[in-house]
Amino acid sequence: MINLQAFFTGLKSLKGARSPALPLAACFVALGALLKDAGFNIQQSAASSFFTYALPGQLVMAESLLLGASIVNIFLAVWLVNFRLYPMTVSLFPLLEHKSQPKWKYYLSCHFLAVSSWLIAKDTYKNINAKYRIDFWIGIGTGTWLTAVLMTIIGYLAADLLNKEMLIGLAIVNPIYFFCMMIGAMKNLAVSISVILGTTLGPVIYLFSTEWSLLFAGLIAGSVAFLFGEKNGQ
Amino acid sequence: MASSQIIILAIIATSIATYISRFMGALTSEKVSVKSKIFKWFNCVAYSTLAALLGRMIIFPAGVLADSELIMRLIVFFICIAIFIISKRNLVIPTILSAIMLNFLIQI
Repeated sequence: MINLQAFFTGLKSLKGARSPALPLAACFVALGALLKDAGFNIQQSAASSFFTYALPGQLVMAESLLLGASIVNIFLAVWLVNFRLYPMTVSLFPLLEHKSQPKWKYYLSCHFLAVSSWLIAKDTYKNINAKYRIDFWIGIGTGTWLTAVLMTIIGYLAADLLNKEMLIGLAIVNPIYFFCMMIGAMKNLAVSISVILGTTLGPVIYLFSTEWSLLFAGLIAGSVAFLFGEKNGQ
Repeated sequence: MASSQIIILAIIATSIATYISRFMGALTSEKVSVKSKIFKWFNCVAYSTLAALLGRMIIFPAGVLADSELIMRLIVFFICIAIFIISKRNLVIPTILSAIMLNFLIQI
């Protein structure tokens, strides 16, 4: 059903110098501590990472709850901040597609889509036989997802040991790691422009619209980069 | 502080709102060919949306990071990116150093 060799190759991406385990641990430990602060119990904190597994959305949820926002507002705010997962899935899953593979694998494993797993898969999918790429992806996803859930629990339990300065230190690890990974991915003009323009437009548009900034910045910067890439024959 | 029921509802709402984008992505992927232009466009949009999110996390962060000063986050950001490039793309050094540096900077 699942090619174990491909699965374990994916799972093993947690090891080594490019491993996302460290930044994942840092940010989900910080999240666990934050959720405790927001009044979650340990089961709720673990369930949040288990079922959502998307850090920015979970941060929005915790902050909205503290501000007393309604469930509808939380839903919309999270949807907008996590909408990036849609273009991310569409830019990865066609690479993992194989006719012999059942659809349920794709529908279930899309839950593993997050920045860490996405960047690793984009970086390494070519090394895997096209038929088993989805199993490779399930391996990557299982590893990163379970790391996140486990670290949320550890962060919750360790909340009292972590002072605020330490939590702030942990929280910067995530954007730094992903920026480095993205710079590593800037191998052609279109992607390079996407990254540079997106980084600039994200905060600028945020000044005008906090909720829609990611969507607009992504669409504008991505479309401009695409056109540039096309024009320059890439 | 939010009650237990509200928290559970919030977790469900957050999870559904997140899974929708992933699942829609999986459905759309079935119709998108790797060689098509639309795939390239989605690729650019994915990278730029992610970059926008990360840029926002540094400049206008949510959570505990908001309690540090912008200038300190920028110092850490630029030094770590420079280290990443100088160290021939070593990921471990800049990520570990980022936590230590920011922790140090906010205490002085």
